[in-house]
Amino acid sequence: MRGLFLASACVCILAVLIISAFLFINGLPFFRAYPPVDFVLGTEWAPLRDVFGILPMIVGSFYVTFGALLLGAPIGILTAILMARFAPAPVVRAMKPAVALLAGIPSVVYGFFGVMLLVPLVREHIGGTGKSVLVASVLLAIMILPTIIQTSLAAINAVPQTYYEGSLALGATHESSVFRAIVPAARPGIISGMVLGIGRAIGETMAIIMVAGNNPRMPGDLLKGVRTLTVNVLMEMGYAADLHRESLIATGVVLFLIVMAINYLFSFFNRRRVMQ
Amino acid sequence: MSALARSHSLVDLSVPTIHRRRWGSILLKALCWLAGIITMGILALIVIYICVRGIPHLKPSMFEVRYTSRNVSMLHAILNTLSMTGLSLLFSVPVGVFGGIYLAEYARPGSRLVRLVRVTAETLAGIPSIIYALFGMLAFVVTLKMGISVLSGALTLALMTLPLILRQTEESLLAVPLSYREGSFGLGAGKLRTTIRIVLPVAMPGILAAVLLSIGRISGETAALIYTAGTATRIAGALESGRTLSVHLYQLQQEGRFIVEAFAVAVVLLVIVVLMNALSSLIARKLTTKG
Repeated sequence: MRGLFLASACVCILAVLIISAFLFINGLPFFRAYPPVDFVLGTEWAPLRDVFGILPMIVGSFYVTFGALLLGAPIGILTAILMARFAPAPVVRAMKPAVALLAGIPSVVYGFFGVMLLVPLVREHIGGTGKSVLVASVLLAIMILPTIIQTSLAAINAVPQTYYEGSLALGATHESSVFRAIVPAARPGIISGMVLGIGRAIGETMAIIMVAGNNPRMPGDLLKGVRTLTVNVLMEMGYAADLHRESLIATGVVLFLIVMAINYLFSFFNRRRVMQ
Repeated sequence: MSALARSHSLVDLSVPTIHRRRWGSILLKALCWLAGIITMGILALIVIYICVRGIPHLKPSMFEVRYTSRNVSMLHAILNTLSMTGLSLLFSVPVGVFGGIYLAEYARPGSRLVRLVRVTAETLAGIPSIIYALFGMLAFVVTLKMGISVLSGALTLALMTLPLILRQTEESLLAVPLSYREGSFGLGAGKLRTTIRIVLPVAMPGILAAVLLSIGRISGETAALIYTAGTATRIAGALESGRTLSVHLYQLQQEGRFIVEAFAVAVVLLVIVVLMNALSSLIARKLTTKG
């Protein structure tokens, strides 16, 4: 039995190795036919003419992710502070499952909500077709809210009560004790929550594909459409063949490397938090 | 250390006048409440919007056995979701639970293997579903020749939910007091018997909560399934292509002809997720009150 338990534990290690191997073995041949620099820095995506530049998608992915963070991080962090230190216990008891529910709603339902309600709203009141960077960012912001709230809440709750009491003893009010003593001490945890949110946003596919317009051009202003790396893979995989198909797997490899880098960043901040 | 040093800056707080400090505090506190209201408001908006537009269209004809473009039945999608969930958990639960047992009960705490499994589990949890989609397609559909089928999709999703079950099992086992094991050993039970008969039952609620969350995630997964399990509108066997509820919702929205029915599907998806979440937190709460 011990051997079986050991083997099961090793499945995770094996899975990461096999997933990486499959991606790289199937993705790397593309770079023999197509120069990697032209692929990553090319601004034109025209599979019919064998032109594969994914810079618009890389920029697009970071664009919507940045927008999501800009909207989601302040709301998420402030909500976490509210739940940790200001809201009365019954309110917190009601909010916790609500946040968990927000995390549990499938991304396709978020996308559906976005394309049915937000897209027409933007089209009629702000302009453009509605399928835009703006809606994608707002939707992603909503989707990373629970991640940021849960991680920040855990970080704030982990700050020793003595910080707060010490601050009170020095004559500070409850509010300034929270904002000047507790929140700064929880900063590494809050930052790692934001990094986790970035990871989720950059990997999101379904919600974006439904609301972002998906034009493979360099993203313009907030009301223009945008295509992300994830969407590029999902949209064209259905009919792609040969070099085109390989280019999509290579897109996956680039996305994989970006996500890995973000994960590394996350564990870096996490380690710092543990050390503190 | 730096955090401690930073809290010394409280001394500076006495510099601004009491007036400014009070207004600043009130403003920040108001912002916190505003953020909380926005968060709850968004959730309420999504749930209410989907329900108001979807519930009136939940007609009995949507639960007929055969899908036609007239009844737009979702019964096949519901059944496919069930079989997808069952098949997927069949792989991920034993592997996750056994692996968790090894990490918590057998491995030397903090050993290199334990660290490596933790890091890789975290990596697996962080990989986007579209990468799983690519992997599932390349590995199960093409290389292992399973074709676009429920089985390919279930195996892909098993890998996706494995880290959740593994880590939750490990943590639930580690939370069981050492005295339970000592008592069992003292009565002459061996390692395996102690683990299976004494420790595992106590940790069961935690593991069950993880399984329920996994069910929620499997029912909601779309991107990883489109090219592994496909989009066929029938009640699929394990080696046939069939769409789950979330894929059904996406396809209906893309086709654009059945938006009303899509809302009804979204309601059913929401109900499943709410149910799984509620059960999971109920069990988790039971766990904390007992412990």
